[in-house]
Amino acid sequence: MDLKEFYEDKKFVHSRIPIVRAAAISVFLILLVGIWNLQLLRNKHYVELAERNRIRSTPLAAPRGKILDRNGQILVDNRPSFTLVVMRDNLPSIENSLDLLATGLKLDKGFLQSQFEKYRNLPSYLPIILKEDINKEDLSFIKSHRLELPGLEEITFPRRSYPERQLAAHLLGYVGEISEKQLASEEFDYSKPGDIVGKAGVERVYNQILTGIDGQKKVVVDSRGKEVAVLDSVEPVVGNDLRLTIDLDIQRAAERAFGDKAGAAIALDPRTGEILALVSRPAFDPNSFASRISKKEWDELINDPKNPMQNRAIQSRFPPGSVFKIFMTIAGLQEGILTADYTDYCTGSTVMYGRVFHCMKKEGHGRVNLNQAIVHSCNVFFYHLGQKLGIDKIAYYAQGMGLGQKTGVDLPGEDTGLMPSSAWKKRVLKADWYAGETISVAIGQGYVSLTPIQTARAFGGLALGGILKTPHTVSYDELGHWRQKPKAEIETRFELNEETVETVTRGLWGVVNEWGTGHRAAVPGFDVCGKTGTSQVVAKDVKISAESKDEFGDNAWFVGFAPRLSAEIAAAVFVEHGGHGGDAAAPIVHEMFQVYYDKKTKSKEPHQLSMTQEEGLPRVN
Amino acid sequence: MFGKLSFYIKDFDWFIFLLALSIAVVGVVEIHSATQYNKGDRFYVKQIYWIILGLIMMVVAMSIDYHTLVENVPYFYVVAVLALISVLIMGHRVSGSKSWISVGGTSAGQPSEFVKIAVVLALARFLCEIRTEYLTAGEILKGSCIVGLPVFLVLLQPDLGSALTFVPIAMVGFFLAGLKPKWIVLFAILSVLVVGLGWYNLKVYQKERIYTFLEPERDPLGAGYHSIQSKIAVGSGGLWGKGIGEGSQTKLGFLPERHTDFIFSVVAEELGFLGAATVLCLYFFIVTRSINIALTARDKLGIYIVLGAVSVILFHILINIGMVVGFMPITGIPLPLLSYGGSSILSTFIFLGLIINVRMRRYVY
Repeated sequence: MDLKEFYEDKKFVHSRIPIVRAAAISVFLILLVGIWNLQLLRNKHYVELAERNRIRSTPLAAPRGKILDRNGQILVDNRPSFTLVVMRDNLPSIENSLDLLATGLKLDKGFLQSQFEKYRNLPSYLPIILKEDINKEDLSFIKSHRLELPGLEEITFPRRSYPERQLAAHLLGYVGEISEKQLASEEFDYSKPGDIVGKAGVERVYNQILTGIDGQKKVVVDSRGKEVAVLDSVEPVVGNDLRLTIDLDIQRAAERAFGDKAGAAIALDPRTGEILALVSRPAFDPNSFASRISKKEWDELINDPKNPMQNRAIQSRFPPGSVFKIFMTIAGLQEGILTADYTDYCTGSTVMYGRVFHCMKKEGHGRVNLNQAIVHSCNVFFYHLGQKLGIDKIAYYAQGMGLGQKTGVDLPGEDTGLMPSSAWKKRVLKADWYAGETISVAIGQGYVSLTPIQTARAFGGLALGGILKTPHTVSYDELGHWRQKPKAEIETRFELNEETVETVTRGLWGVVNEWGTGHRAAVPGFDVCGKTGTSQVVAKDVKISAESKDEFGDNAWFVGFAPRLSAEIAAAVFVEHGGHGGDAAAPIVHEMFQVYYDKKTKSKEPHQLSMTQEEGLPRVN
Repeated sequence: MFGKLSFYIKDFDWFIFLLALSIAVVGVVEIHSATQYNKGDRFYVKQIYWIILGLIMMVVAMSIDYHTLVENVPYFYVVAVLALISVLIMGHRVSGSKSWISVGGTSAGQPSEFVKIAVVLALARFLCEIRTEYLTAGEILKGSCIVGLPVFLVLLQPDLGSALTFVPIAMVGFFLAGLKPKWIVLFAILSVLVVGLGWYNLKVYQKERIYTFLEPERDPLGAGYHSIQSKIAVGSGGLWGKGIGEGSQTKLGFLPERHTDFIFSVVAEELGFLGAATVLCLYFFIVTRSINIALTARDKLGIYIVLGAVSVILFHILINIGMVVGFMPITGIPLPLLSYGGSSILSTFIFLGLIINVRMRRYVY
């Protein structure tokens, strides 16, 4: 076939070529419009996007301020750690490599998925936190998988550390990632998602002081997230150090004295309300919260029947037992029913309202005056006094001393305790008050139940003639320094007669120093005053009975202050199932007071908080 | 075969040659720019070798009278089909499809690029023998088979993008030979049906690409990533561009496949609208010059060969640059003369050689 020889009519084909040309021209016009649109019309938009592609800000987390005791010793510190994060901006997603991530970092795949899910709606410059406090193995895994897993980065992160572990755990609290609820609250409007904030205790209440200002580093990165150059860097500002009123030495003494018993101890300066020590047992280790605590550990803590998360010093109420006799005495003296030389006769029991009420001493105390009744904790004496006073007078004075009311301490979740009255019973239980119930209240049983902190404050207030200073963990000087106002009124006054105070404190002194029930709290030379209490363990509203007494070990109390004439320290100790207050609780108070006294006498300079004798009133620093 | 030298110098199309060479040089510069931080392969050096080889192939393709070539087209066609079959049997997979053939352990290229040449020649031969105006049903069926067999084999690889590049050859060829309106309507209906049915046979990643094309912001870090990053590169280039070697999208690696499929993004980012429009013009001149050559061709065979070659080049330009500016979905179709890659460079120069071939033989001696 010789193709050259054909005669051809090309007219038809030629007639169609202009259409092909037109099609070609329109292709080029379309493409020209494409680049015109992107490069000329929307240039600014894309320049911005390109800049954002190149520049990434890495947050530089600011360490929280340290928490110090009153003498500057470190209670809470920070330590550097590496946190593994994923930078999400402008990167191909590594969500497809979750299996590799999970096995390489020994993480749960479900956890990883939930983390990615959680951050999906958040701005992409926030890195997703995958693992905290990574170790060397994790680091080498990341380094060897940079190519498969772009955007993985380890950033240094200051981690909260509690070198004293369980010491004062409830007071100090712990930190954690901010919750959605916290984010929504006004209190945290300076925080952003992913921030580490205080979750409990001082860490939470003074979060704003402790929180620093995060810095950031602007870097040029390539598409794998590798830094090519640093453009700009704003250093983080460390949070403020916060000095507490806690005295580490007294705190340690109390912790040590507690051993492995459950309960609470609180020591405070009655002249100012400054808390010197606060113990709650069983405790937890706040270090385990510093990282994202696993759900299992959390559940274990929350569901532990011993309830280690509860701050028993302020969040729990207990029947005060004989400790309450002091408030009976105050009511009796103020009402004029009692006088210093008033006497009663104890036969070991008394019958009232058709029921037999027993004294601690089976054979009876015989004839007792007021002082002896306090020193030996004679029940019969106070049964009769209770009968004479009636519940509402008792309640008036007890409430005046702050019982059954929040103290206003600067710690979260304070309980009110309960100081019953006939009006209370009518309102809450919709029933009339039986006179027999007053007899139980007279020795600190029945409805009455108190928090250790309000009891300590009341005893301190008694020593000062009725000035109740609000307990707090950060001194008002320190607060003022950070431009913060006290969380509550700094005091409430409930004036007591001078004779009342003198008579009661004389009795309290006797309890410790005249071979009374609290002699084990004595500190030679320090004139310790106090009162023991031993309360039967009963559920609320269950009548005291011999059976329940056997079923549960007694709860032990000791509440006191020292020295007798110019109180500088007041304390309340409660030991769950500790037995007798004089045996279980008094020695713990002794330890705290002893340390306080030793420190005071050892230091040459006059004590910073000492009272000027001439004025007869405390000078608040 | 090689006539007088003066014939070559006088009738050689210096215009197309210089246009093609300019584009190829821009390509080398931008490939260098795109891969300057890559370790290992120096792609721009390899590209220079490919261009030199391409120019030699171009001279060969224009030297043998196209009538002689077309006489031997059955051999080319059979070799092409066998090559495609061998790819299916022993080709190795590159990003999901068996379209590469390896010789002596190195990738020797994608045969489908060369198969297009054989198909253009075969279809030209078939169509030029038809004396009547407008194609009959039988003729359409036969022509479709010539194009359809290789398309079918390429689809088996499976490489949907490459298979599509065969379609314009048939479209332009049939159109020139004459298609009655009823056939055009039928083809339209047929293509709708094929798209509809084909949808169910698409792989997940192919569907993903189509979804993403329709809405790239759907998944900015996943499937939409290429499209968005390419648009950012082009758009941020502005009027003047960021300068050669200065494209941030390119340098910092945000642009994917930047020396191959997305080379035009690099051009647009670094040389700006002026540079990109200039490159578009260079292509445009090649295409219009080729259409003029078709008009002056000695016979219908020449017209079919030239416009078949033009249809392939034009379609590649449309799909590739359309993809770069976000008008088209992401496909692995290279940009002729600019993209890095031996098969694309060689086949394009061979097509240009064929066009020049037809021009040089426009007079009856």
